[in-house]
Amino acid sequence: MGANPQLNAQGELQHLLTIEGLPRSLLIHILDTAEGFVAVNQQEVRKVPLLRGKAIFNLFFEPSTRTRTTFEIAAKRLSADVINLNISASSQSKGETLLDTVDNLAAMQADMFVVRHAQSGAAHMIARHVAPHIHVVNAGDGRHAHPTQGLLDMFTIRKYKGEFHNLRVAIVGDVLHSRVARSQIHALTTLGVPEVRVIAPKTLLPGDMGQMGVQVYHDLAAGLHEVDVVIILRLQNERMRGARLPSSQEYFKYYGLTAEKLAYAKADAIVMHPGPMNRGVEIDSAVADGEQSVILPQVTFGIAVRMAVMSILAGNQG
Amino acid sequence: MNNLSLPDADTLIQQLAVRMLPDMTDNTVLVGMHTGGVWAAEKLHPLLNPDMPHGSLDISFYRDDFEKIGLHTQVKPTRLPFEVEGRDILLVDDVLFTGRSVRAAMNALFDYGRPQRIRLAVLIDRAGDRQLPIAADYAGLVLQVPGTQHIHLIRQEDGQLMLKLVDL
Repeated sequence: MGANPQLNAQGELQHLLTIEGLPRSLLIHILDTAEGFVAVNQQEVRKVPLLRGKAIFNLFFEPSTRTRTTFEIAAKRLSADVINLNISASSQSKGETLLDTVDNLAAMQADMFVVRHAQSGAAHMIARHVAPHIHVVNAGDGRHAHPTQGLLDMFTIRKYKGEFHNLRVAIVGDVLHSRVARSQIHALTTLGVPEVRVIAPKTLLPGDMGQMGVQVYHDLAAGLHEVDVVIILRLQNERMRGARLPSSQEYFKYYGLTAEKLAYAKADAIVMHPGPMNRGVEIDSAVADGEQSVILPQVTFGIAVRMAVMSILAGNQG
Repeated sequence: MNNLSLPDADTLIQQLAVRMLPDMTDNTVLVGMHTGGVWAAEKLHPLLNPDMPHGSLDISFYRDDFEKIGLHTQVKPTRLPFEVEGRDILLVDDVLFTGRSVRAAMNALFDYGRPQRIRLAVLIDRAGDRQLPIAADYAGLVLQVPGTQHIHLIRQEDGQLMLKLVDL
């Protein structure tokens, strides 16, 4: 493997582990391919034969409903055989190591692993370990990356805003613990968005924000001023216990997106959220269900984007 | 390099339209295959019936060489703004070669519904190169082309179409 473990010797995508370090042309190729799959999802028969006979294993070491389901639907619409494994409930509790599990599944002739794990770097480790014909997709690893979420967010932005080069995008909330935010920031900057803002209390911001090329705001109204896209992050309830925040009511008061706060953004700004939402904590129901919300289209586009990623990977040789 | 002279694409399209016109029905729709077939269909459309529904088809997801070459070409969205079910479909491509693209196109169309009939119109029919039992209903020109050469339809900046012979 070369410098980027995601690319093969020809510079093609072999695994999708993180958006960081991927060239702009590759991201655009994924988004363009996903456009084709949006059309497939409107067919009478919502299926294409691309991955017929391939076995895709969803390895979820961490619970997930939406991501796992959309990966499953995407794989099925590509005609692959999908095997869902909820590993926390099986081999891990029997003491089998992660790589032993992977080896056993590879012996069952797996062609692709879709991996979610609480540990940052888990998908990378599997990608380094597997035989060259097997592809790995990171479906979220620790605080590190969630590249398909980042890509589907870019797809959604391009759908509604057309281009990237003239946008102002604000990401609001718990950036510190968010793999989604990291993937979004890498994607936005790679695609040429000139102004990416993060808006959060100091306790929910990592120290490296400056290096990531974003502008930091602590005041929601100031940060939302004249933005085209507002991305709200999920406030994970478990963070409350870590004393980073006084209470969810307090958080909503300062950082919850209400119609009143949204009015600081451009009139045609779109509101996004990776889900699942905490209504009344990071977002008010009136905004979540309002005209500017594109939260449900994000879910729909997620299927097409995951179909694009899996079919591009499957077509590239290790 | 090439001792074959290719005719003018627009002339071929006009001649094709004259032959296709009597076979048009109220139920006929025009479907161009990306990319050359879409260009040809766009030119045929006003000559046949400007009110006829028309669409475009991308066969990338139905190709039989995906295992070998992967998904590298730019996928263009399929756009079929009409019901396929029960329609009389006129499929348009630039060159009929092995027949594999047409096979893929038919599979794709059937995932949108069950057409009443599909007919095929091409600008160039490469005789003797078929690998599947597929034939054109309308061909602008039937041509023997050496296996070492490809025919490309090119769209120039002014929208004019041009056929070009390329050495592999």
